[in-house]
Formats: sequence, C-alpha cells, structure tokens
Amino acid sequence: MTQSADAVPEAGPPLPQFPMRRTCPFSEPREYAAMRAEDPVSRAALKVNGKPTWLVTRHEHVRQVLGDGRVSSNLKLPGYPHQFHIPEEMLAQVRLMMLNMDPPEHSAHRRMLIPEFTARRVREMRPRIQEIVDERVDAMLAAGGPVDLVTALALPVPSLVICELLGVPYEDHARFEEWSAAMMNHELSPAEYGAAVQALDMYLDKLVTLKEKEPGDDLISRFLEKNRTEQVADHVDVVTMARLMLVGGHETTANMIALGVLALLRHPEQLAELRADPALLPNAVEELLRVFSISDSGTARVAVADIEVGDVTIRAGEGILALNNAADHDESVFPDPGTLDIHRKEARSHLAFGYGIHQCIGANLARVELEAVYGTLLRRIPGLRLAAEPDELRFKDDAMVYGVYALPVTW
Amino acid sequence: MRVSTDRDRCVGSGQCALLSPEVFDQDADGLVVVLRESPAEELRGEVLQAVDLCPSRTIRVHD
Repeated sequence: MTQSADAVPEAGPPLPQFPMRRTCPFSEPREYAAMRAEDPVSRAALKVNGKPTWLVTRHEHVRQVLGDGRVSSNLKLPGYPHQFHIPEEMLAQVRLMMLNMDPPEHSAHRRMLIPEFTARRVREMRPRIQEIVDERVDAMLAAGGPVDLVTALALPVPSLVICELLGVPYEDHARFEEWSAAMMNHELSPAEYGAAVQALDMYLDKLVTLKEKEPGDDLISRFLEKNRTEQVADHVDVVTMARLMLVGGHETTANMIALGVLALLRHPEQLAELRADPALLPNAVEELLRVFSISDSGTARVAVADIEVGDVTIRAGEGILALNNAADHDESVFPDPGTLDIHRKEARSHLAFGYGIHQCIGANLARVELEAVYGTLLRRIPGLRLAAEPDELRFKDDAMVYGVYALPVTW
Repeated sequence: MRVSTDRDRCVGSGQCALLSPEVFDQDADGLVVVLRESPAEELRGEVLQAVDLCPSRTIRVHD
C-alpha cells in the first residue's frame, strides 16, 4: 500500500483507531468520556486507511464545527475522513449527494426539497403513517409471537412511508433494502459497495426516467417538475437525490425503532409511564434519539481554512469527525448522560440529526414515525417482551449507522 | 423582545415552527416566516429554545 505524506505517524504514542466500538449497545464507546474530559479535540487514525483525522467530542464544539462555513462536506477533497475504502478512480466518478455538497450548490438542492418536509407537511402525513403502523401491528397480532420486530415492523414502516412519499413501488422493497443495507456496511469491499450503489442507481434511473414521462403525485415527480424552471439538477443528480432519500429515509428510522423498543423494554417503569401518558412520547423520542445517536460519525468534514476549536487549531485540509454520539453524552449538557430518562428536559438539544446546514432534512418525519410506532406498540401490545436472551442480540458494530440486526419479541 | 430572521440562512428544519408556532411558521418554500415580530413576554422561553435549536442560526432576538 502506498502511503501519502499525511499518513506518516507523528512522534509519540500511536494514535487511537477510529471507529471505536460501543462495548455496550446502550452507551457511547468507552473512550469518548475520557476524550471529552481531557482531550476534547484530538487526533485519531482512520481504521480504513490509517490516515489521521480530528475527533471532536464536546457538544459545544460539535455544534461549532458543524455550524462553521469554513468546513466542507465534499468527500472528494483531500483530507476528507473516509470511513469506507473508495479507490481514487471510483471517487473521481462519484456524483455528490446533497449531504456532500457545499453552498451554494447545497443550498440550491436543499431548497428544492425543503417544502416536502415542513412541520405542516409532516403533520399532514401523520394519519397515513398511523394507518401504516396499524396495518403492520394487525399483521403481527394475526401471525402471533414470537416475531422478529425488525422484519415485521421496524423496516416495513419507514420503508412504506418513504416509498409512498417518493413514489417508489413498495413491491420492490426487498431489493432496495438489501442494497441500502450493503451501502451502510463499512466492512464490505469497495467492489461490493460499488455494486450495491450501482444496482440501486440502475433501479432508480429507470424509475426517474418513467416519472419524467409520466409524473405522479410524489416527491420525485414534484422535484422533476420544479427542476424544469429551476434547472438545479441533471438526470444523474435526480437519481442520486432519490437514492439519498430512499436510503436515508428507511435504514436510520428502522434502526431507531428497534433500538428504542429494546431500550423501553429494559426500562419497564418508564415504559409503563409512557403507556399511561402518551403526551410523554415526543420527549421520550428525543431522549431515545440522544441515547443512541445512531449516526455518530455521519458528520464528516474537512477544514477549508484554519479554524480554532477549543485550544486546538485545525489546519486547512485536515479531516474532522464531529461525533454526535460523544456530544450527546456530554455531561455539561446532559447530566448523568448514560441514563435513559424520558423526562429529561434538555433531551431535544441532542445532535443525533446533526447540526448546521446539513441537519437531517427528514428529522421531523422520523420523529412522527417513531412516535407512531412506539405509541401504537405500547397501546396495542401491552404484553410485549423480548423473546431472546439479551446477549444473543447482534448489533450493527460493522455499520455506519448503529442498530440491531434482529429483535425477537413476543407477547 | 423583538425577533428577526435571516432567510438566506434558513435550511427549513422547521424547529422554530414546531417549538413556537405562534411566533414562527414556514412559507410555501418551507422557509421561516415570523408571525409576531414582538411576541408576548411569556413566549420568551420557547422563542429562546427555537433560537438555540435552529441548526442554521437563522433567528435573532433583540431585547
């Protein structure tokens, strides 16, 4: 393997490796607390290529970095902290997704999509989301336990919701769920990763082409219509946008559904309170988002100018991972951060959806889906319990987005 | 208390419209609209929370 100059180790002890694993599914990686206390902006080496990156761990600093116009999200820039191995020639061909664009390109793309996810639009989607959840819970009850909650509920609900929003036929869900799961797995080879992206893009390419000819009442068709006057995106951009919405719209929410249910089952007293008073649900959702912060390292950036963060100067061209799971366990913002507390008054200050101009555009949709799923399960399946030993559960330690592969439950 | 916004910065997260619906809304483009430029004092708490949670620091409060 050839090494670039910036991969030469600095003097002193070897750098800690990133990513660091969560030794307990309900807490942050063990190393984070010490980093926040002693070395809040510190160096680490990326496991995938040995290159150095900055790790930012305090809530205040993570917000500062993600709100700073002098950081770029462009994964093609040298110094960007990649967590997948992407060969140079493949990288050169990558079409940037919105989350890897910088202003003004990013602003133009994001503004095409903002109207789809306003507080009002998401509120209007609520009844249909509730219907989808009820249908899946009906099916669970009809089948009888034990069932795997991931395949019976956690995956189908967000998948159905995003399919209806985008105008993607749900019949094809098995295929795109497999491709998007592969795209999240950072232990796959570049060839396997590339094949998954290509397969999904070919599928979406056909779909977008169809909608160009026969528009429907869906996000992709509305995007195409608006684009006729705005001229923001070409065909490949639209396919790339559809991929981002489809993958981002179901994988993350699915993981939060399963993890959230598991966490509530482990805290029966808080679960009972929630069942008795559904008005507590919105804050419980925020607290569960905070505790898991499943997309911990999704906030990768590269400095385009020198910036001061705490006592450290991050130089132009250096990579930064603003770790939202570390920020969301910062004891100066969230006292006793390792404890799940559905009443926590500052829960909403979490950064699980990121912060700054790239904050998850579907955050409010995810919130509504999580509320609907947790609330419905508590109400309609009061005897819900785990149907496996906790130590039999397999967690997604190998993925960009944390989760649990299967969650056997019964009632 | 006076509230102002810089719409050029807005990324349409809708946090303000959710947290303080009497003071903030989103227009057809999904961008922030201030409904009350001088909101009642009892709304200060939620307005300040909207300021804090706005991901693009779009909202300003002047006393």
